[in-house]
Amino acid sequence: MPIVIEAKNVSKIFGKNPKQSIKLLDQGLSKEEILKETGNTVGVNRASFSVEQGEVFVIMGLSGSGKSTLVRMLNRLIEPTEGTILIDGEDLVAMDKQALRNVRRQKLSMVFQNFGLFPHRTILQNAEYGLEIQKVDKEKRQSKAKEALELVGLGGYMHQKPNQLSGGMQQRVGLARALANDPEVLLMDEAFSALDPLIRKEMQDELMDLQNKMQKTIIFITHDLDEALRIGDRIALMKDGSIVQIGTPEEILVNPENDYVEKFVEDVDRSKVLTAQHIMKRPETVNLDRHGPRVALERMREEGLSSIFVVDSKRNLKGYITADNASEARKSGIKDLKEILKNDIPTVEKETPMHDIFDLIYNSPIPVAVVDNEKLAGVIVRGAVIAALSSENEVNLHV
Amino acid sequence: MFNNVLDAVPNMPLAKWTDNATDWITESFSFLFDPVKEQFEKFMDVTSEALMGVPPLIIILVVAIIAFFISGKKVGLAAFSIVGLWLIYNQGLWDQLINTFTLVLLASILSVIIGVPIGILMSKSNIATAIITPILDFMQTMPAFVYLIPAVAFFGIGMVPGVFASLIFATPPTVRFTNLGIRQVSAELVEASEAFGSTGAQKLFKVELPMAKSTIMAGINQTVMLALSMVVIASMIGAPGLGRDVLSALQRAEAGAGFVAGIGIVILAIIMDRFTQSMNNRKEK
Repeated sequence: MPIVIEAKNVSKIFGKNPKQSIKLLDQGLSKEEILKETGNTVGVNRASFSVEQGEVFVIMGLSGSGKSTLVRMLNRLIEPTEGTILIDGEDLVAMDKQALRNVRRQKLSMVFQNFGLFPHRTILQNAEYGLEIQKVDKEKRQSKAKEALELVGLGGYMHQKPNQLSGGMQQRVGLARALANDPEVLLMDEAFSALDPLIRKEMQDELMDLQNKMQKTIIFITHDLDEALRIGDRIALMKDGSIVQIGTPEEILVNPENDYVEKFVEDVDRSKVLTAQHIMKRPETVNLDRHGPRVALERMREEGLSSIFVVDSKRNLKGYITADNASEARKSGIKDLKEILKNDIPTVEKETPMHDIFDLIYNSPIPVAVVDNEKLAGVIVRGAVIAALSSENEVNLHV
Repeated sequence: MFNNVLDAVPNMPLAKWTDNATDWITESFSFLFDPVKEQFEKFMDVTSEALMGVPPLIIILVVAIIAFFISGKKVGLAAFSIVGLWLIYNQGLWDQLINTFTLVLLASILSVIIGVPIGILMSKSNIATAIITPILDFMQTMPAFVYLIPAVAFFGIGMVPGVFASLIFATPPTVRFTNLGIRQVSAELVEASEAFGSTGAQKLFKVELPMAKSTIMAGINQTVMLALSMVVIASMIGAPGLGRDVLSALQRAEAGAGFVAGIGIVILAIIMDRFTQSMNNRKEK
């Protein structure tokens, strides 16, 4: 996928004589030391990242970590003190006002934390604002705005004013206003943070649905790790103006690069992020076509199991047999495993979140089978689930 | 010894300098002042004569009807307008009322035309704010009488210097409130408008001014009230209207006549105040 936005060593210093503070940054002074020495605040410290087309890139950090400053430099609502920002290969920082306006009008749209809706305009007028200032004629811009409003499920509210709508609905308008421009990139600054938790989750789901349809590039700012893990394809974690780690949700969670990240992800509900493939083990199996009860019993004794999965030669999962049945079969001289085969196996896909496995594994007397196209990929035992939830344990990430 | 320190600089002829400056301005710019005065006087005469040409009953009814609708279809203001204006008519002060109204209206309109752009300038530039704020303070705290002197020098006597003095005295609230209103527009809305690629003018006219409107209207309301309060003072330099009656009553120590003319000003003030205020409130709904 082509890279849409690339930031190289982007810094922002607030205060007088910022260039000097940049030098101090290059000399390796910390944010506190620079504040002490010059009185300047380091907003963002040499941040570099690139975002691919169609990606949801989450910038996450606590308040004061510089994430809002960083996203505002991507459309130059805040001027970077130093660094390069490339949008489709063009240097945003070097652009004159007119060129910048064109980029803002055509390529970047922003969604704001407190919605940023114009209270004196109706919902429709809000949604068409971006097109209106481009002097698109009225009929065309209204039809596009209506389309966007319908996309977010607000077709029936066009002539209301923003303050007549609930928070969640207002943010839908914010989203519709951003989408009406048909931008390449959506900048979402804490877009769901002002909403209550249930509505927030609903909006996250909707955003993901929309994203599946539209494949925009989204840069999403949040202070909420759960949110970041839910919607992000990749996450950049910020601290004191610097990006401390960039990676997929799993990478961040499982291989934190330093103590800060580790501390940050400590309280995460790992069951929502980890999937079956992260906690499954290599399965012990017997082959339905080649093995009989004797081999099965032997295998179970070796591994200390009370049941074992049965596959065919193509590793398609066929069922399981228990130790009791196998030993009875041996006594009564049955040679074919098919006669004692049981089929009531609990199965999950490789991508099933761990969260959804709990009930299954609690109610099942045998391990849960993980299948990939009907083929047995692994097994999950109760112990593995508990181990994965404890952050102390290594999880085999690279399956 | 201490006196010596204070006397180190001899008495500065500040008053003389101001006189000289006034004279110089009067002479150098008479080419400007004279036609301005002439045109303006003509315009004001036409306006007040046109208003006087309308039968008072019709004006009273029109005012009452407008009052009824802008106050949200309540009878209070409409009834007050009818009774109040009738009382002024009854006291034989109708022509003075029209003159006063013309003066206030013109001074207010000019104040808004001048004040709003200056307020916008201040809201956009901290340097402009730093320069203009003390000037506004000066304009508002200097006793209003003082403005009459150069006004007479520039424009002679009559309505025009009255408008000029009112303008100086009444413009500051519009400027201040415009500045305040625009600066109070929430940062996120300004960002939103910028993030979508608005030009400076689009941001101003589509977001900032509409958002600041109620604050600006409050400033304009103040401006109208201040202009009205200048009416009495302006009559000292020959501006016609209710103020002249107050002034002559004062000179002849006629308490009754002074009171009646004063009541006329109060009635006009209340009506104009409620009108400008409800224009504001109505649009907010």
